[in-house]
Amino acid sequence: MNRILSKLKEDKKLLSLYFTAGYPSINDTMDILQQLQDSGVDMVEIGLPFSDPLADGPTIQESSTIALKNGMTTETLFNQLKDVRKTIDIPLILMGYFNPMLQYGVEKFCAKCQEIGIDGIIMPDLPLAEYEADYKDIFEKYGLINVFLITPQTSDERIRQIDNASNGFIYMVSSASTTGATSGFDNTQSTYFERISNMHLTHPQVIGFGINNASTFKVATTYAKGAIIGSAFIKHITTYGAQSVRKFVETIR
Amino acid sequence: MNTKDNIHQDISYQADERGYYGDFGGAFIPEMLYPNVEELRSQYIEVMQEPSFQKEFHALLKDYVGRPTPLYYAERFSKKYNAKIYLKREDLCHTGAHKVNNTIGQILMAKRLGKNRIIAETGAGQHGVATATVCALMGLECIVYMGAIDIQRQAPNVARMKMLGAEVRPALSGSKTLKDATNEAIRDWINNPVNTHYIIGSVVGPHPYPDMVARFQSVISEETKKQLHEVEGRENPDYVVACVGGGSNAAGLFYHYLDQNEVGIIAVEAAGKGIDTGESAATSALGKEGIIHGSKTLLMQTSDGQITEPYSISAGLDYPGVGPMHAHLFRSGRGEFISITDQQAMQAGLELSKLEGIIPAIETSHALAIFEERKFSPEDVIIINLSGRGDKDLNTYIDYFNL
Ligand SMILES: Cc1ncc(COP(=O)(O)O)c(C=O)c1O
Repeated sequence: MNRILSKLKEDKKLLSLYFTAGYPSINDTMDILQQLQDSGVDMVEIGLPFSDPLADGPTIQESSTIALKNGMTTETLFNQLKDVRKTIDIPLILMGYFNPMLQYGVEKFCAKCQEIGIDGIIMPDLPLAEYEADYKDIFEKYGLINVFLITPQTSDERIRQIDNASNGFIYMVSSASTTGATSGFDNTQSTYFERISNMHLTHPQVIGFGINNASTFKVATTYAKGAIIGSAFIKHITTYGAQSVRKFVETIR
Repeated sequence: MNTKDNIHQDISYQADERGYYGDFGGAFIPEMLYPNVEELRSQYIEVMQEPSFQKEFHALLKDYVGRPTPLYYAERFSKKYNAKIYLKREDLCHTGAHKVNNTIGQILMAKRLGKNRIIAETGAGQHGVATATVCALMGLECIVYMGAIDIQRQAPNVARMKMLGAEVRPALSGSKTLKDATNEAIRDWINNPVNTHYIIGSVVGPHPYPDMVARFQSVISEETKKQLHEVEGRENPDYVVACVGGGSNAAGLFYHYLDQNEVGIIAVEAAGKGIDTGESAATSALGKEGIIHGSKTLLMQTSDGQITEPYSISAGLDYPGVGPMHAHLFRSGRGEFISITDQQAMQAGLELSKLEGIIPAIETSHALAIFEERKFSPEDVIIINLSGRGDKDLNTYIDYFNL
């Protein structure tokens, strides 16, 4: 069974972390993954850096720019991850933008993911309609779970549609924003979290964007199956270095 | 290749239901933008066809923008290049370029969608000025994103936007030009999903933008047909020529000629310092199929799919992509694509100034320079879109020629 699906079945709230591959240094990928697993993180989003990350705020933009300067490419990342399943058994998701995948070749990319042991893909700029029309069959052929986003503005009707099209979990963007917003949660979020929770969707939800500490993690996981932290983790690495992963995870739970 | 030798009767050059022109187009947008884009997509045609919309749009184009713009026979320029050259005078539009045709349309659209906050990106500043202008006209808040480099090289337009009451926000990422300004505008829209309309300045972006902007700009060729008929007794010239940044002035001039195969379509891109110098913005020559700003199109990128920083002396052409309609015109062979260097463009701009008393925008100068690259026969009737005036570029011209 796909590792994401087994993980979602576990009776616990999931902590998932995002980091940009190639940041802070080109060869940190495997080391960061090992530390994440050793610190008890449940799932990881490995960010494939892109030159023009439209859905990202300054922190991830900057880590992507540096990762690209460091020489990170799709091919390099796949090479680094070649033996990942010898040591890492938590679910791994590649998160990035669609153009690098398109250039690599969608089918070749998916085949490579399967070969390495990648469990899922998050491509914010590959929306439902384009995915279903042209790419779904390829993703499924290689056993990849595709994760769709929903936001506070997504209508109930569309959420149902996305729930139907999903095969793992739904990525609930916490607020109308790019990544890295730090304003914390207020009534708007709890109303939204509650609304989704009351829809009793088929697929579990994991909340991301704006989760930056223990308290936002706790609020998010009160409503959802898990939460994803990205920018706050990258900021931590920027300050304390790539060896300090455990220290960050311990501040969350 | 002479495009007139090709017959493409069975190909459509209009966007289909999903916003595709052949292989290009679509809407590759993050879910955060879906409600906004879908709201627009599901309503734009209906809104544009409402009689009250049409009435208001055309009244503003006439009384505020100053349309129809003249179709001017450039006698001395024609003599020099031994062809019959007409200039469609979009430089005489209020604010000095064709950009305002689109912003008038989109501000009316925004009002009908109930939006009270307007954002835009700008390269040369012409679209920013045109957006700031219509926002002043309608009393709406206006924020314009502009690359930090462009803020420097298009200072007069920055001043104009400020005077019109717009806030100009510098884009500091990447090459600090048009692509980056567009990224920032899209991020703003993600952060302001309810009250904000994004007025994109060219035939780029996710469906329905390329089609909507092309429709607003199509007034250019609608007029041209009538005007040419009056002077030449025929609606169709032998060639229509326009510079292409994103491609809106070109889409406007080409629009009503797309299906007239006897009309040759020539799109002129910025070669920058030369196609092979690594400092260029000639997308059709250097680009491959890819995704930029929500659209599948031709795109300058690395083999790894990272978007490349383009270069052109002209801020309005300094863009690594091209609208999906143009990508389709290129791939299908319906359009002929020519690229012009900084130097050729600057010379052509100076030449038109001296021969015709018209100082063109540097973007437009690229279209005027095609006679360096391509021969025509003396009977050929050629319409060049004079997309904008050169006031904003005076400093660049002066520095370049030590005037
Ligand atoms: C005068 C003028 N012409 C052309 C362009 C290029 O844009 P487009 O290709 O959308 O017409 C610009 C853009 O700023 C412009 O100001």
